[in-house]
Amino acid sequence: MSIGAGPQSQGSRRLSRLVNIGIPYVWLGVFFLLPFVIVLQISVAEPALAQPPYTALWEWIDDGLLQIQINLRNFMLIGEDDIYLAAFLNSLWVALVCTLLCLLLGYPMAYAIATAPERWRVLLLMLIVLPFWTSFLIRVYAWIGILNSGGLLNTFLLWLGVIDQPMQILHTQTAVYIGILYSYLPFMILPLYANLTRLDPTLLEAAEDLGCRPMRAFVEITLPLSKPGIIAGSMLVFIPVVGEFVIPDLLGGPDSLMVGKLLWTEFFSNQDWPLASALAILLLGLLVVPFVLMQRMQQTMDETQP
Amino acid sequence: MTNRLKGLRALLPALAIGCCPAVQAEEQVHLYNWSDYFAEDTLPNFQARTGIRPVLDVYDANEVLEAKLFAGGSGYDVIFPTARPFAARHIKAGLYQPLDKSKLPGLERLDPEIMASLASIDPGNQYLVPYMWGTSGLGLNVEKVKAALGAEAKLDTWALIFDPEQAAKLKDCGIALLDDPTEVFSAALAYLGKDPNSLDKADLDAAAAVIKGVHANIRYFHSSQYISDLANGELCVAHGYSGDVLQAQERAEEADKGIEIAYRIPREGAALWTDVMAIPKDAPHPDAAHAFIAYLLDPQVIADISDYVFYANPNLAATPLIEAELREDPEIYPPPEVKARLFVPNERSDREIRTLNRLWTRIKSNR
Repeated sequence: MSIGAGPQSQGSRRLSRLVNIGIPYVWLGVFFLLPFVIVLQISVAEPALAQPPYTALWEWIDDGLLQIQINLRNFMLIGEDDIYLAAFLNSLWVALVCTLLCLLLGYPMAYAIATAPERWRVLLLMLIVLPFWTSFLIRVYAWIGILNSGGLLNTFLLWLGVIDQPMQILHTQTAVYIGILYSYLPFMILPLYANLTRLDPTLLEAAEDLGCRPMRAFVEITLPLSKPGIIAGSMLVFIPVVGEFVIPDLLGGPDSLMVGKLLWTEFFSNQDWPLASALAILLLGLLVVPFVLMQRMQQTMDETQP
Repeated sequence: MTNRLKGLRALLPALAIGCCPAVQAEEQVHLYNWSDYFAEDTLPNFQARTGIRPVLDVYDANEVLEAKLFAGGSGYDVIFPTARPFAARHIKAGLYQPLDKSKLPGLERLDPEIMASLASIDPGNQYLVPYMWGTSGLGLNVEKVKAALGAEAKLDTWALIFDPEQAAKLKDCGIALLDDPTEVFSAALAYLGKDPNSLDKADLDAAAAVIKGVHANIRYFHSSQYISDLANGELCVAHGYSGDVLQAQERAEEADKGIEIAYRIPREGAALWTDVMAIPKDAPHPDAAHAFIAYLLDPQVIADISDYVFYANPNLAATPLIEAELREDPEIYPPPEVKARLFVPNERSDREIRTLNRLWTRIKSNR
């Protein structure tokens, strides 16, 4: 990296460029590619009663004979047993519902913050970010205390007289949605806010001058322009929720079947690292494909809209 | 035995006891035990007696311990797995080092019956020292169960959970099952009057049908959540471990809200399990590990732990030192006629365990 002023030799400039480009690649290689290759390798191994609990991918048999063993049975089993498909579909469904709920709730909040007076914005943003100062786990635990039958919510509703018997919310799918919505809402609000504050207010003023009503101006100007924010926020919610494990485990009931939970069972209860890895690979594939498609779409959109 | 998140939370006190090797020269022993499974003074007294500093991490699921062991380099010196199927499997995989019995005076005080039973998975008792034992039975909110089923209802029976008629009546006050296929299947098989260890396809199908038949009445499947839920009245029937239910009983008494919790060994039979101590093959401080196990073989030390955790220990010399209330409780130290109804879970092959676990996932999610 060059700090000093003055003329630089071609060589040192090239070096600094190499370093600048190299760091992200090394980072990606070490923290993404390498773990991926390790997981991929385990996913084609066989479980074994040993340390580590799977067979080696290759083995040197003497006389320079290398034996490579690739076991595809893990992927076949996932295809054969429909419980895995059901879990994938259920996870996608939960993620979709939660993303939409986050968007419905988060968009007005982000919009309100972005249009609030300058001096209020920092405070409002702080209120969104502040819960992150507490551990995620503790916040999810807190929901147990709120939702259980003797908990805050039920006590309050009983006191109001809305219900005359405690509702069973904890350990149901509703509790899972509440927990996810609560935990991931900031991930929707923050990118939306960043996008909405950068919108040019003169566009709306122009619309108003030309006699456009606020609602129509919002639908025709603000909403399309905030699309990148909507996409970014939805990605930040959708992708982690598909693999979510903690919230369904703590707040969900017996029938909240999600991939994250199945992966846990295969890894811990079954000591079947290969099958767990195969599930992880499929989950990754499932998430990468729409991501790449979305980016393609974005690119063509940018090209067609100069 | 599967709530692992509580384990994370429980790591906090471990950090307080000491995580950072600031004083390297000091002798240490790294322990990995279930949460709430020592008495409050067990570790401080060990340090006072031997000068070795104990460092404790806790888990609340055998599976979590197992995953660390199989990954290797766990760094623990003494671990406390359940004997079957876990420790048995670890011995087969060669994860433990044999004990140096010359460093463990007091082994002879251990119940020969339990040692003989352990010898079937650990020939010659080379690797395992029993720590505590107990049963898996029913934790009950007596008042609520009687209110739902009538004052004459029998409490010591699996029918509370597996009879659809009774379960439907208890649904609203809450039924919980352990999140453990071996435990639940053996309980359902016992209820059906079949061999609780059966792996026969027809038997398993019958057990699965029984569990599915009451699925709608089960609030959740979890292996530790029921302790607090029993204590604060969220549940009225829990399939749980004896000592855990008794801890719930004590918490309910302390809270003084008039909730009365009881533990019952079902008349159809219940699983008897043993938690053991073992030293991993790659333990960094094997000498300190032996010193710690020797310390726990001291009758007074282990009696104090039993008083605190409400589990029976296998040390015969410790029995008279335990509080009479505990020692004479037939649900903790069952009399011979009750003991005859208990069964020891069989060993299973990995393939059998995986099949059972996958069947379990299916049953839990009601598919």
